[in-house]
Amino acid sequence: MEFKDYYLVMGLEKSATPEDIKGAHRKLARKYHPDVSKEKDAEARFKELAEAYDVLKDPEKRAAYDRLGANYKAGQEFQPPPDWADRQAEAGSYSQSFQDVDGQDHSAFFDALFRGMGRGQNGTQQRSYEAFDMHGQDQHARIQIEVEDSYNGATRTLQLRVQTQGNDGRPQLADRTIEFVIPKGIRAGQHIRLAAQGGPGMGNGSPGDLYLDVEMLPHPLYRTDGYDVLMDLPIAPWEAALGAEVVAPTPTGQVEVKIPAGSVTGRKLRLKGRGLPGKTPGDFYFVLRLTQPIAERDADKKAYADLQTAFKTFNPRAQVEALEKTLNTG
Amino acid sequence: MQPNFILTASRHDVTSVLEDITELTLGDLCRACGAQVDIIIELISEGVIEITSIEQSLPQEHWRFSGVHLHRAKVAMRLHRDLGVNFAGAALALQLMDELEGVKLKLRSFAV
Repeated sequence: MEFKDYYLVMGLEKSATPEDIKGAHRKLARKYHPDVSKEKDAEARFKELAEAYDVLKDPEKRAAYDRLGANYKAGQEFQPPPDWADRQAEAGSYSQSFQDVDGQDHSAFFDALFRGMGRGQNGTQQRSYEAFDMHGQDQHARIQIEVEDSYNGATRTLQLRVQTQGNDGRPQLADRTIEFVIPKGIRAGQHIRLAAQGGPGMGNGSPGDLYLDVEMLPHPLYRTDGYDVLMDLPIAPWEAALGAEVVAPTPTGQVEVKIPAGSVTGRKLRLKGRGLPGKTPGDFYFVLRLTQPIAERDADKKAYADLQTAFKTFNPRAQVEALEKTLNTG
Repeated sequence: MQPNFILTASRHDVTSVLEDITELTLGDLCRACGAQVDIIIELISEGVIEITSIEQSLPQEHWRFSGVHLHRAKVAMRLHRDLGVNFAGAALALQLMDELEGVKLKLRSFAV
C-alpha cells in the first residue's frame, strides 16, 4: 500500500500547531464538502481530508503517525512494522478516542495503522454493535446522466465500495454493484432514492437508503431549465424577416419548425409538452439566433449594399442614442 | 485496497425521486434524517425548512413535509456536523446555493 502524507493532504508543515490543523481542516472542508463543492473530485478529497484530520487532530494518533512517517514520502510503498499492532495495543491509546468520521471507509493505509485497535477490542463503536439495533447509514453517490436519459428513462449500474461488518464483527470493505432505473422526467439537482440500499443496519436495524445526486451532463444542443428544454436555433436574416420552414432536431426526433415572419434574435418558439416528461411535462423551446453570412465575394458585398440602400432610415443604435440623451439631460 | 469480498449484483426496482415525495409526517422526517423532533423544530425556526404559518399553527401531527424538505434538512445537518456551521448559517448556505444555481442557469442561456 502507499504511504499517505497527511500533512501534504492538509497543506501543512510537520511543525503545524493544533490551531493550524483545525484552521486548515475548516478551510479545506468548506472547499471540498460534497454538498457545497462543485469540484470534480470533491468527495474523494473530502474523505481524504477527513482521514488526515482524524489522525492529526488527535495528539496520540499524530505522535504515532509522526514516529512512523519520519522515513516515508507520499505515495511510497509502505508496510507497517511487524510489531506495530502489538505496540499500539500495549499503549492502549485509541480505544476511547477512536471515532470514525461518519463511519466512512478510510484508506487501506489508515486501516493498517489505526483500525482494529480501538474499535475491534473495546472501542465505542464495537459496544454499540452488541447493545443496539441501529438504522444503517444513508449513503450518497453522484450520477451523471444525459438529457436523453430523462426523456426515455434508462437502466444503469453503479459500483459502490461499502463498509460492512465481517463475521468477526470488524468492519470490512466490499464492492457492490447495483442496477437501478433512472426514472423518466428526472431533472438536474434531483435525488434518486433507492430504499434500503445504503449502509447495513446494526443488530436488527434496517439498512439505510442510498441517495443518488443527479447531475445532468452538458449537452452540445440542449439545455434544461426545470422541466423545460431549450435549444438555440440559428437562422438567416431573411428567414427571420420573411418567415421560413426549417427542419431541426429535438430529443424526441426531428421536427419541422415554422419561423414566423418578422422574428428577432431571442424569440422563443414553443413545442408544448415536448420538454422533460412528467405529470405536467415541460415544454421544448427553440431560441432563435440570427446568424448573418460573411460577405466575401463582390456579389455578397453588393447584396449587403442593396440592403443598406433599402433600409436607408434604419438606425440600429437608435435606442442607445435615445438612452444616452436621457442620461445626459437627466 | 482490494475489498474483502464481492456482494452479488442486485437489481433495485424500488426507485423514487426524492423531490417527488410529498406528505411526509414529522415522524417520517425524523426517521429519514435520524434526528429528534426538537432538531426538526429548530430547522423550521431557522428557515432551513419552510412550512406555512397556517400549517405551523396546526398540531404537529398535521404537519406535512416533502422530499425537498428532507433534502434540505439533511444537507443542513451534514454542514453542521462537517463544517461546524449552525442551522442559521446552513440556511444561508442553502439559500446562496439555490441562488447560485439560478444564476448559473441564466448564464448558460446567454452562452451561444
